[in-house]
Amino acid sequence: MTQFGISPDVAYMAGPEALPRANGQLVFDAPWQGRALAMAMALSRQPGVGWERFRSLLIAAIAAQPAAPYWESWVTALENLTAEIAAPLA
Amino acid sequence: MTADSHHHPAEPAPIERRVTALEEVLTARGMVSAEFIDAVVHAYENDIGPMNGAVVVARAWCDPGYRQRLVANGTAAIGELGFGGPEGEHLVAVENTTSVHNVVVCTLCSCYPWPVLGLPPAWYKSPAYRARVVREPRMVLVEFGVNLPDDVEIRVWDSSAEARYLVIPRRPAGTDDLSEADLARLVTRDGMIGTALL
Repeated sequence: MTQFGISPDVAYMAGPEALPRANGQLVFDAPWQGRALAMAMALSRQPGVGWERFRSLLIAAIAAQPAAPYWESWVTALENLTAEIAAPLA
Repeated sequence: MTADSHHHPAEPAPIERRVTALEEVLTARGMVSAEFIDAVVHAYENDIGPMNGAVVVARAWCDPGYRQRLVANGTAAIGELGFGGPEGEHLVAVENTTSVHNVVVCTLCSCYPWPVLGLPPAWYKSPAYRARVVREPRMVLVEFGVNLPDDVEIRVWDSSAEARYLVIPRRPAGTDDLSEADLARLVTRDGMIGTALL
């Protein structure tokens, strides 16, 4: 596996937070979705963060707004994680 | 920082702008780079689909009974693991051995076992691959970096709507101690098309 390759933690998420797929294939409807995925992975690799921390924020975002599109909940979770570990530059 | 700083814009910007804003912040902090984002997107678009197939192959390596069922009836055995669907009908698993190497093509169009391998790579659909792998499979495999001994028979399987093939690659040496999940990570898409060895 390359450093960018599949992480089982990410690929095998089950439940409402599972990555949306078509015929097993992950499909991005728009480029920003892929970028949001990559940013979550990058943040989870920061020291002391880990995928589970993003995943729990994603679950919370989905639960808070069950009707929101999946990738919008993803971005909300990403914003929350960013606020926790990399406060926006003033 | 404190919980109080978890503020968000009252009026959410359009989603692309929110993502761009995040990207700017995280890039400024050195936490992401454009190269990393591009590489992740590319890897996921190309690698996630084949993971279903990889799970199937790893199970076959670990469970001789499953392997027998898979070779006998690919669709049913793959269905046992929850994979299938409209284009997962008529799945046929063909097994590489020390004396036989299998490679898959669709000479007519681009039939492909989507539910287990995801989207086909561009070369799979190219006229050159479709024509040449039938005519000169050994040479095509060499071009993919697959150098087989002369005494290994190459079998070329032509996919159709009636039969979509999945190659069961040979289990790599030195993997006796790996778990089934770890084994699945070794299985590549090209390995399951037959254009790569593991």
